[in-house]
Amino acid sequence: MTAPVLSVRGLRTDFATRAGRLTAVDGVSFDVGPGEVLGLVGESGSGKTITGFSILGLIDPPGEIVAGEVVLNGQNLRGLPEDAMRRLRGDRIAMIFQDPMMTLNPVLRIDTQLIETIRAHRDVGREAARQMAEAALAQVGIPSPAERLRAYPHELSGGMRQRVVIAAALMLEPDLIIADEPTTALDVTIQSQILYEMQRLMAERNTALIWITHDLTVVAGLAHRVAVMYAGRIVEMGAVDDLLDRPAHPYTHGLIHSIPSATPRGERLQPVRGMTPSLLNLPEGCAFAPRCPRADAACKTRPEERRIGDGRLVRCHHPLESGA
Amino acid sequence: MLAYLIRRIGQALLVMGVMATIVFFGLYTVGNPVDLLINPEDDLAAQEAAMARLGLDKPIHVQFGYFLAGLVQGDLGTSFVHNRPAIDLILSRLPATLELAFLAMALAVLIGVPLGMYAGLRPNAPASKAIMAASVVGFSTPNFWQGLMLIMLFAVFWGVLPAGGRGDTVDVLGIPLSFLTLDGLSHLILPALNLAIYKMSLVIRLARAGTAEVALQDYVKYARARGLSPVRVVGVHVLKNILIPVVTVLGLETGNVIAFAVVTETVFAWPGIGKLLIDSIGLLDRPVVVAYLMLTVFLFVMINLVVDIAYSVLDPRVRIRGGGK
Repeated sequence: MTAPVLSVRGLRTDFATRAGRLTAVDGVSFDVGPGEVLGLVGESGSGKTITGFSILGLIDPPGEIVAGEVVLNGQNLRGLPEDAMRRLRGDRIAMIFQDPMMTLNPVLRIDTQLIETIRAHRDVGREAARQMAEAALAQVGIPSPAERLRAYPHELSGGMRQRVVIAAALMLEPDLIIADEPTTALDVTIQSQILYEMQRLMAERNTALIWITHDLTVVAGLAHRVAVMYAGRIVEMGAVDDLLDRPAHPYTHGLIHSIPSATPRGERLQPVRGMTPSLLNLPEGCAFAPRCPRADAACKTRPEERRIGDGRLVRCHHPLESGA
Repeated sequence: MLAYLIRRIGQALLVMGVMATIVFFGLYTVGNPVDLLINPEDDLAAQEAAMARLGLDKPIHVQFGYFLAGLVQGDLGTSFVHNRPAIDLILSRLPATLELAFLAMALAVLIGVPLGMYAGLRPNAPASKAIMAASVVGFSTPNFWQGLMLIMLFAVFWGVLPAGGRGDTVDVLGIPLSFLTLDGLSHLILPALNLAIYKMSLVIRLARAGTAEVALQDYVKYARARGLSPVRVVGVHVLKNILIPVVTVLGLETGNVIAFAVVTETVFAWPGIGKLLIDSIGLLDRPVVVAYLMLTVFLFVMINLVVDIAYSVLDPRVRIRGGGK
């Protein structure tokens, strides 16, 4: 394997809330190689979005990154001065947000927002920047980009806006893109178009991509590897087909069997029972134990990461054997 | 856009007409200006001659008829007291007040918006708490008292600024202006500050509330995620989104400041139109009062028009339409 673009080691992000200190991201480690798509899967509140923002160094008080390393192309980003970090953001690491309706500033034109991004990182004139922006819009399949540039966000559809945001992310050819559920807010047809574009562009440019989602079906079609998060920890990680076919963690198994299409018609769906626990009040040991059909006394202690076969990791005392 | 303008001006004319009528008859019921204007020592013939000269010997509806006839010819009447056309009188005092009002509004915005934004971005900083506390004092203490305190501090204790009057002026296109001379400017600062304090406090609170809300929006985080400088994020992305409520209030307040700067003008002996209005009401100088209030209505309508246009510049989702609402 070539050197990873991004290597996250033991990342931990805490939030000091009124009710106490909670750990939103707890000892998360993973690598993403060039051209690789890592699917970061989890329910709401599992810490996947906070992981994304932690990589970018965009954690605002009361949140705080307390431990771990974020290494981009061999450079540790933790402890980098804010100004150096700012220069990386949008240039080397780009982020795509979930809701295209909320992402673009409603009172600024598309061109203003794209050109300011370019000029924040490249020493180019306004006109050159405009041409770069126009080319970027054309690349993500936006018809008549020169006209769209002069539009305000509210004049574009949701899918079009998300394309603008994707264009903004690609414009400066970053090494890594973090996409936080970028298709969740869109219609399925638009969703598949966008997925297709992303796949094509990532492959063309060898950009590493972290795709944050709660939707395993999207991951199945897009990612090379998958990391499943639960209550701030990665509970299972591995190559996409392997992991989806033979989940080792009971939670992953539960997620897969909650998808209607994975279950033959007429059979009952097997939902994961219960609710995600509050991060303020996590059960001792394995956070999933209270909802887990396989839990026993051993689960009162915190499970360590275990290697099970080629590139597969699982954090469970009682992993499922192959093909459960 | 043209239809929109015509509609707005039509509204303005209607309001001005209604207003003039009410004030005209209202002042008539308050008292007879003749009692204040003529010398009681004069004999009856002289008194009647004076009344006839001012047109006050006719019944009120006839007087109103003359007033309307004058109005359509662009004549707002002649001051009973000063024996000059009312509009001349007002226009001669207007520059002083406009100068005061615009400087006050500029101070309110240029100081209020940055302070409010700072307080919105750092709600827990000691400086923010001090700003907010000061803004409460700013709009909860009486304006005249603030004026007196300013005079006491700057003119009496420290003696750095004059306590009242207008100072030297320079004529620009025939209009006397204070702010272009050092002496004039030093006379202008205290009254302008006095007039600005309340608006500034208001602007601080609006800017803080807006900033606190906008700072949490996705587009602000996204702007940061694109690596924009903090100056750009706050100065463009946040600022442009908080300006609409600020502009709304400024529009209303600008009208108020121009029309009713009476208290400040009195405290600082500033020769503006606010003082003229009070004096004219005291003397029942009807033509001046009516002309003054008509001008005020016109100003308010014009300012609101400017505000509406500013909205569409600030927020592209607001569009000005000609027909309907």
